[in-house]
Amino acid sequence: MSRVMRLAGLEPLLIGDDSLFVNVGERTNVTGSKAFARLVLAGDFTGAVEVARQQVAAGAQIIDVNMDEAMLDSKAAMVRFLNLVATEPDIARVPVMIDSSKWEVIEAGLKCVQGKPIVNSISLKEGEAAFLEQAELVRRYGAAVVVMAFDEQGQADTLARKTGICQRSYDLLVDRVGFPPEDIVFDPNVFAIATGIEEHNNYAVDFIAATRWIREHLAHAKVSGGISNVSFSFRGNDPVREAIHTVFLYHAIRAGLTMGIVNAGQLGVYSELDPVLRERVEDVVLNRRPDATERLVTFAETVKAQGKTVTEDLTWRSGTVEERLSHALVKGITTWIVEDTEEARLAYARPIQVIEGPLMAGMGVVGDLFGAGKMFLPQVVKSARVMKQAVAHLIPFIEAEKAAAGAVGKPKGTIVVGTVKGDVHDIGKNIVGVVLQCNNFEVIDLGVMVPAQKILDTARERGADLVGLSGLITPSLEEMAHVAHEMRRLGMRQPLLIGGATTSRVHTAVKIAPQYDGVTVYVPDASRAVGVASSLLSDELKDAYVAEVAADYEKIRRQHAGKKGPKLVTLAAARANAVVTDWSTYAPPVPRTVGRHEFRDVPIAELVELIDWGPFFQAWELSGPFPAILDDPIVGEAARNVYAEGRAMLERIVAERWLVANAVMAIWPARAVGDDIEIFADGGATPSFVWRNLRQQNERPPGKPNYCLADFVAPAASGRSDWVGGFAVTAGLGIEDKLAEFAAAKDDYNAIMLKALADRLAETLAEWLHRKVRRELWGYAPDEALDAAALIREEYRGIRPAPGYPACPDHLAKAPLFAALRAQEIGMTLTESMAMLPAAAVSGFYFSHPAARYFAVARIGEDQLADFAARAGVPVDDARRRLASNLA
Amino acid sequence: MQPDRTAELVRLLRQRILILDGAMGTMLQHCKLTAGDFRGHFHDHAHELAGDNDLLVLTRPDVVRELHERYLEAGADIIETNTFSATSIAQADYGMEREVHAMNVAAARIARAAADAWTARTPDKPRFVAGVLGPTNRTASISPDVNDPGARNVTYDALVAAYSEAIAGLVEGGVDLLLVETIFDTLNAKAALFAIETFFAKAGARLPVIVSGTITDASGRTLSGQTPEAFWNSVRHVKPLAVGLNCALGAALMRPYIEEIARIADTFVSCHPNAGLPNPMAETGYDETPAQTSALLADFAKSGFVNIVGGCCGTTPEHIAAIARAVATLPPRAVGEDVPCPA
Repeated sequence: MSRVMRLAGLEPLLIGDDSLFVNVGERTNVTGSKAFARLVLAGDFTGAVEVARQQVAAGAQIIDVNMDEAMLDSKAAMVRFLNLVATEPDIARVPVMIDSSKWEVIEAGLKCVQGKPIVNSISLKEGEAAFLEQAELVRRYGAAVVVMAFDEQGQADTLARKTGICQRSYDLLVDRVGFPPEDIVFDPNVFAIATGIEEHNNYAVDFIAATRWIREHLAHAKVSGGISNVSFSFRGNDPVREAIHTVFLYHAIRAGLTMGIVNAGQLGVYSELDPVLRERVEDVVLNRRPDATERLVTFAETVKAQGKTVTEDLTWRSGTVEERLSHALVKGITTWIVEDTEEARLAYARPIQVIEGPLMAGMGVVGDLFGAGKMFLPQVVKSARVMKQAVAHLIPFIEAEKAAAGAVGKPKGTIVVGTVKGDVHDIGKNIVGVVLQCNNFEVIDLGVMVPAQKILDTARERGADLVGLSGLITPSLEEMAHVAHEMRRLGMRQPLLIGGATTSRVHTAVKIAPQYDGVTVYVPDASRAVGVASSLLSDELKDAYVAEVAADYEKIRRQHAGKKGPKLVTLAAARANAVVTDWSTYAPPVPRTVGRHEFRDVPIAELVELIDWGPFFQAWELSGPFPAILDDPIVGEAARNVYAEGRAMLERIVAERWLVANAVMAIWPARAVGDDIEIFADGGATPSFVWRNLRQQNERPPGKPNYCLADFVAPAASGRSDWVGGFAVTAGLGIEDKLAEFAAAKDDYNAIMLKALADRLAETLAEWLHRKVRRELWGYAPDEALDAAALIREEYRGIRPAPGYPACPDHLAKAPLFAALRAQEIGMTLTESMAMLPAAAVSGFYFSHPAARYFAVARIGEDQLADFAARAGVPVDDARRRLASNLA
Repeated sequence: MQPDRTAELVRLLRQRILILDGAMGTMLQHCKLTAGDFRGHFHDHAHELAGDNDLLVLTRPDVVRELHERYLEAGADIIETNTFSATSIAQADYGMEREVHAMNVAAARIARAAADAWTARTPDKPRFVAGVLGPTNRTASISPDVNDPGARNVTYDALVAAYSEAIAGLVEGGVDLLLVETIFDTLNAKAALFAIETFFAKAGARLPVIVSGTITDASGRTLSGQTPEAFWNSVRHVKPLAVGLNCALGAALMRPYIEEIARIADTFVSCHPNAGLPNPMAETGYDETPAQTSALLADFAKSGFVNIVGGCCGTTPEHIAAIARAVATLPPRAVGEDVPCPA
């Protein structure tokens, strides 16, 4: 049976020992085609795919794809291009030649093609071991292979070297790897001739001779070559180059060349070449006379044709100014936005018309795509950045015109937004602001820690149509209810919008809306903000929408009143069901070091690889687990982009020292007294502070305890010594300068990005420090060796609960913690609502007990509330406010 | 790992047409299983589990064993493990990724026990267990996003990882061969084959492999657009014991494509079509009776197209019994002595 190379794209391509010459299209090769390289470098893959289509239409039976360009992420470009080509049946019908000098790029390409491709190339350059390993993988991936005549000594340039290396490679492949000989293609190196260097004159002859030798001696093996190389010294003179290719191919094919990488549309016919040109070229190719090169160079001048002009393919730049503005907005491209905006300004009668016309139209497209789930938040924020820069350019002209004439177009509405008093978290609020601005709302952003009075005064002074409140920490929920209450007292009518991580529809309906007689609406995320705001300001929609929300919230309140959640047991019963530790057999680990340790200026580069990226995507409202989210069919592209840009910014954060990360921790003697933990931070015999903890009070299934953090610390009566740790870390020192820069550049996108990254770094720093505590400072797990993923899954012994979180919801515990840690010495402070400054911060306590775990205290009873108030020595009403979310 | 029975299979394949079993999924649908049957001891699992047929090897092994028994009784030489969707990718729908290894081991053991019992009963007719690797519910060559043809919802590496896990379980459970079937995207299949070859290389031993593609409609191409010959060229590097087609079309519409495979494949050819086209009015959900399907496959055999025949969706033990009777005396497709025999 004949041994045929059986390649495939969507359709088969068979190459046997006596097949006709096979054209391999070379134009999809960045090293060979400047036009293709430009398209790929510009990210214009649509244009790049068109090049492939032309090659196949012009007769290429295989396309050679090469992305080896220094300025390019070759691997990513290879994958992107092959994935795009795979979905174009008129291109994908032919097999691909995956061409790279980098094995990792080849391997990435092999993972993208369903047919049987050819790898171009592997060689003995790195020695036998690498060659054999790569060959085995090529076979396993199901590809044929081009082997370059290249070995440990270098590229073969003489006939003897070419044949020697090919023979050796063939034997290794067939005998050692079991590679099918029909799937082996040799490339005996096409080098440039007519260079003026005498040793180069015989290169074409050597190639042709090597081809003949391979076909005669290496059974079923094939021969290929990059044909254009041969004429390299005549670049700029296409007619002569084409003639050289034609003559060279004519002789090489007669010697047995199986396939060649050629410009499929530009192959001449040997017999139709101008006889004089053909003779001169043949003299050079076959090295027939010493003065061949000189004679051809002289002759070449006479046939030099005009170079064809290549148009830069930034197709969209040739559209109308409106199209360009729309494109820039949708794609988030700021490069030409000022010049395009200026062009539009000159073309329109009034500058405001540029905003109301093409810019708003472009943002309309963005809004529609966002609404339809075809664009995602990071892209929208980028669009907003473009919009802001365009508007910034127009503002002086509008102001000038206003000074001269009168009013300008009215926005859809005005909203005052702010993060409430005591809270410093504003990523979500900023996103909402940007999205609303994109949709032609005027947004008055009062920033963070805004007192109720200021919000309400501003709303009234500026005639705002809406008020929006945001917050992340639980005390902010109380503050929002307070703002709502104040709005009623002042007789305001503006709808109140509620958002932020701890807010919820239920909380809004039950706790905030009843405080206010106007409309209160919970906005779950930024993408809903526009819909809610538009409905509330629309004459047609408002009444129906308000009625709908009111009915919905009334229903929630009824359900909430009816359903009191899981049944509670008495505090006494809950305490009787505490976690039981046999302290007679369990001795808490003695810390290697007690007392306070500071870590200033922790190298951020060390943190980067430990980052848990999941919450980063949540910050951008992209949902899905990392890293799977990067391949998500819907949000994957948006996720990849925001991730790539996040990583890029991280590099700058590290390289340019944008942020300083500080940490402080301490391990203190401690003991449990009931549900309290007494902490002896100052070495005295009386506790320096008492941490009042809460116990789960819901009815637990049999065998499950009612947890309280105090259960994880040895009580005095046990006779055991025990300890707890405290820590506070921040990665946000220095962030303000950079944020100010972004604000000045109207660059919300990067401002949000930086905050999101600083948050991630703070969390990572907490993880890093906790690991150091387990392994070294406390030292109860000196041999722990967990990778980043295992750390993220918290597979270690011990916990680090943070005040304000479910296991210890009382935020006020942060005050004595910060004092005992002397956290202000590393630049960390607390607001009156116990929010940490800088905002990118984490603090909490360490527990070493092997049974220690995270849990949610959840709802507690009036008995525990009264007990807590008594223990803490505060009025019950104060305690009620502090623990409001556990009493709902 | 079971010993490599390639030589024994090749000997049998040269003697007669071997019988593969029939549908598992559509048979299970008729077993009137309750949500509780699927759920078994996974009381606390948050996902709905009804419909996770592959899970039944853990929760109702008796039902799976019974179906294997019925196909062996009907005359199947080779039975397929109930693992069509037992990969972490496909099981993600049920949140059962963690059980994938256990499922594959259990599925292989159930089939192994059934096959061994029948081999003992009919020693002249040895029975074989094929470990099934299905296509998963994701596709590596096709974009899920109309706006971005370059997008993919699964990567080759993820497929290799998922298939590797399944293969290890199947081999541990004792399968005789591996069957990569219902290939609608050859890139997925190539990932499975890569995982198989890697597994064999590490184990230092091999098992025979059968590769079976799916021509989805009258265009005569796979879902991912390949012609039958392009498909064969793309999987031929693993030197399969057999290559063939299954599912999608019934045998009548499959004829030109199995004919093409038979013409070009230098190895044995298998064919396990659906019982015709879907027909909601029919009891099995498909429109061909055992007599009809078996007549079509007998025609393939007489035409010299096939070495292994069986059934896919909508076929029943009655179909397999009828097929076994119909091809019993027909010669297998001739395969040259000089074909590159599986390693």
